[in-house]
Amino acid sequence: MSKKEWPLWEVFIRSKQGLNHKHVGSLRAADSTMAIENARDVYTRRSEGISIWVIESNNVFANDSSESDALFEPADSKIYRHPTFYDVPDGISHM
Amino acid sequence: MEDKNILELERRFQEKIDNDIKIEPNDWMPDDYRQTLIRQISQHAHSEIVGMLPEGNWITRAPNLRRKAVLLAKVQDEAGHGLYLYSAAETLGADREETIDDLHSGKAKYSSIFNYPTLSWADMGAIGWLVDGAAIMNQVPLCRCSYGPYARAMVRVCKEESFHQRQGFEIIAHLAQGTPAQKEMAQDALNRFWWPALMMFGPNDAESKHTVQSMNWKIKRSTNDELRQLFVDVTVPQAEMIGLTIPDKDLKLNKETGHYETGEINWAEFWEVVKGNGPCNKERVDARRKAKEDGLWVREAASAFAEKRKNK
Repeated sequence: MSKKEWPLWEVFIRSKQGLNHKHVGSLRAADSTMAIENARDVYTRRSEGISIWVIESNNVFANDSSESDALFEPADSKIYRHPTFYDVPDGISHM
Repeated sequence: MEDKNILELERRFQEKIDNDIKIEPNDWMPDDYRQTLIRQISQHAHSEIVGMLPEGNWITRAPNLRRKAVLLAKVQDEAGHGLYLYSAAETLGADREETIDDLHSGKAKYSSIFNYPTLSWADMGAIGWLVDGAAIMNQVPLCRCSYGPYARAMVRVCKEESFHQRQGFEIIAHLAQGTPAQKEMAQDALNRFWWPALMMFGPNDAESKHTVQSMNWKIKRSTNDELRQLFVDVTVPQAEMIGLTIPDKDLKLNKETGHYETGEINWAEFWEVVKGNGPCNKERVDARRKAKEDGLWVREAASAFAEKRKNK
């Protein structure tokens, strides 16, 4: 038993209707149902949530952080994707 | 080539720290930084978990239903804080089972304050007021710690701790304004917890071997002595306000600096308790071990139930 640890779950909470679920932390539990019950006790003791998602941590895939500069670089050079790139003459409104 | 690489990684790491950019689990970090954090976060987690014991002692004997509900909620919060912290330690690669085994084998430390007994109901007041008060002083700067998951856990913890301190102060203030016997209980609790609370901030800066490196890494944002001073300065007037006397005949306000000066802390006692020879060290670790052993069937049942549900 001692060597067979319960899986780790990442916990996401929707704090109120209209907002997205947000990662709040992780916990260990034997299965998804118990993970949700534990998440209720660990992460919503003060009504912080109205909806809980749990995802087994093994199923979360991330980019390699040591290569994130290269990964995100293409966006850095495209400032024309932002509205502030463009000149709008004085007097033009609703734009 | 390899060495040059490491130096470059270390330089970039320190640059991030100096620019207040948080370090996240998948980022490169020096091994010492990782080990220091694992040690500190797991000690912190153990303190939350062991910290449930002295108060758990009084849940069934709380003087009324309101006090009982409040104490129960506080102890439950401490379990939650321990869990936030164990999972923060896991993001650094610490194995949870091993982390807990280290507490049970005596290899890992926890805050020495929890090795003192809780002899009367007034101790619930003294713990909330002084022990949680001192913990908050320590934890508020940790919300700005350089390691993201630890800092985020601390934000949650600090939000919840402020009720802990207030409920303790309410208990002790209430007793201090009660009958002479109740006031005596309150004073006695203050007498026993004052000095151990000051010791919670750790050794003097000159003796603290980890402080300089931890400050450079922004794991620690203030020194032990700075935080201790802050605690004394805010707590002494609170004691006066409720008519209790700080048990320190050398305590005086320095008019020039505006700070209180305290008598000498009994560091020999501190080190004895750290080494495992405090009044309750053995009792605390035994209680944790027993809890783990007694809970084995529950964990096994949960695993078996999960297995059954999966195969349905």
